[in-house]
Amino acid sequence: MDQTVRSATTGIRPATRPLVLLLATFLLAGLCVASLAIGSKTIPFGEVFSVLIDPRGGETEAIVRGLRLPRTLLGLFAGVALGLSGALIQGVTRNPLADPGILGVSAGAGFAVSLAVLAFGLSSFYSYVWFAFAGAAIASVVVYALGGFGRGGATPVKLALAGVAMLALLTSLTSGVLLLDPNALYVYRSWAVGSLTGQDTAIVAQMVPFLLTGTALALSVAPALNSLALGDDVASALGRRIGLIRLGGVVAVTLLAGTVSAVVGPIVFIGLVIPHVARAITGPDYRWILPYTMVLAPCLVLAADILGRVVARPGEIGVGVITAFLGAPFFIALIRRRRLAEL
Amino acid sequence: MRPEIAPTLRAEGLAVSYGDRSIITDLDLVVPPGKISVIVGANASGKSTLLRSLARLLSPAAGQVCLDGESIHAMPTRELARMVGLLPQSPVAPEGMTVIDLVGRGRAPHQSWWRQWSHSDEETVRHALELTSMLDLAERPVDELSGGQRQRAWIAMALAQDTDILLLDEPTTFLDMAHQIEVLDLVMDLNRTRGRTVMMVLHDLNQACRYADHIVAMKSGRIVAQGPPADLLTAELVDEVFDVRCCVVTDPVSGTPLVIPIGRHHEPRNVARHPFPIH
Ligand SMILES: Nc1ncnc2c1ncn2[C@@H]1O[C@H](COP(=O)(O)OP(=O)(O)OP(=O)(O)O)[C@@H](O)[C@H]1O
Ligand SMILES: [Mg+2]
Repeated sequence: MDQTVRSATTGIRPATRPLVLLLATFLLAGLCVASLAIGSKTIPFGEVFSVLIDPRGGETEAIVRGLRLPRTLLGLFAGVALGLSGALIQGVTRNPLADPGILGVSAGAGFAVSLAVLAFGLSSFYSYVWFAFAGAAIASVVVYALGGFGRGGATPVKLALAGVAMLALLTSLTSGVLLLDPNALYVYRSWAVGSLTGQDTAIVAQMVPFLLTGTALALSVAPALNSLALGDDVASALGRRIGLIRLGGVVAVTLLAGTVSAVVGPIVFIGLVIPHVARAITGPDYRWILPYTMVLAPCLVLAADILGRVVARPGEIGVGVITAFLGAPFFIALIRRRRLAEL
Repeated sequence: MRPEIAPTLRAEGLAVSYGDRSIITDLDLVVPPGKISVIVGANASGKSTLLRSLARLLSPAAGQVCLDGESIHAMPTRELARMVGLLPQSPVAPEGMTVIDLVGRGRAPHQSWWRQWSHSDEETVRHALELTSMLDLAERPVDELSGGQRQRAWIAMALAQDTDILLLDEPTTFLDMAHQIEVLDLVMDLNRTRGRTVMMVLHDLNQACRYADHIVAMKSGRIVAQGPPADLLTAELVDEVFDVRCCVVTDPVSGTPLVIPIGRHHEPRNVARHPFPIH
């Protein structure tokens, strides 16, 4: 018998988990550098570094610092936030098919964007991003309230049903608004392609406090999610406060996915797929699943974004399109390989 | 070390309802400290509901549950979870979780965010696996075990929680005869050598009589009778609680009451020839 009784799980050997996480982090760092270097004008790595360390003006600096740096940071943030919120929402609802969209965050953001244009004629990104964030937050609060209504509080099934209903409602309302106002359609479309381009560092910096709060909250509920995975009764018998954990998880998802949806638009599949990849590596322990998703998800976002720049040169394909394109076959393979009934 | 005097769990005027369906009304119960108590009763008589209320999984509509005189509803949840453990009736482990991971999660109330795993956690988990003879299966995924092995894995998890009071909801369901006896013997060991207070739900009246110091008979959310098995278990009580005609004789092994149901197709033979007296 193995001497160490520390929890072994399916997936890689527990002792190798930190090492693999470290390797994945190196991969992420490499992708960040590649994202700064690769594009319609490819810049050698050496030059990228020198421009970052010692700004001295010129075209190269404008490209790296002005365009690619915010874009890379945005990809990094979006990945971390979407991955984390996906793992959280799956843990909180104990539903392997849940994705942050189930709380209605991106649908709420989208509806708010279209409404902002229709009602106030807002069209600059700076004015509607706050509407988008408010829309995301309100939608998830309503879903949580609806799901928590009645006996037993916010049970996984009620949350999922409330989320699906909300999604349907918001999607149809948004289509209604877009049909009324061609201008809204135009602005909405530029938001909805799910792209990392066109943002400057100021916007990216504004996201930081929300994302930090969301990440801290997410990591703080990780051990509790491990208890929650055993069912509500066992989790309460282990001294967990179920309602508080669910609420904490939902608030974290709102902060993380809401912020990203508001700025980047809807990016699907990351939040759904990456937690499953992490789970396949680490086994069902949220104290490892969350850090792994935090590293793996931005890898996928950045890789998809880089791919989008090179496959259609000189044009570009939005990152949302690429992740959906890569994610769909993966997801089908996942469903075919595993029993997803319980989580 | 455990305190000399085991903590006492007590329900006072307890009423519990699901929504507006009232299940338990005005129930008073003391879980005898340091003893094994067994709740018996027909399906849907409220046994699980009572057990869940005692562990604060349900909040009462009226009355309260107290631990050493302090209302459990006012206690910090983790503190309660270090003193009262509950194994629910049919728990489900997530796919791919190994036995040892499951058992380790029983340590949750003893851990904090910054102190996740200690030497004593390790010791307790290993001991729980040993007691339930699960050491050899420790690395196996729970969903690939037989029903009985799975049940033992969950019992090991409850043991890892290391509480003075252990509430077990039907711990022997799914087990074959050998493992039923093994689990019940284990419960008895925990009680006799470690002074744990155990309250469990059992469906087998004969096992209840043999292993319980105290039996609580429930019907429709009320306690019909309670006391030591030898005084309590009569044919009349079984008829009242389960609506089953039976003979009660003496168990030749333990000397406790042995309930023999009669059914519609049989009649008791000449009881005088029976080697054991009828109660
Ligand atoms: N979550 C629930 N919501 C609504 N009603 C419930 C719930 N759980 C139990 N009940 C009802 O409460 C009553 C008592 O159920 P309980 O589970 O306590 O019975 P039990 O004595 O444990 O039965 P069994 O021997 O079948 O386990 C039953 O009528 C049941 O339908
Ligand atoms: Mg029951």
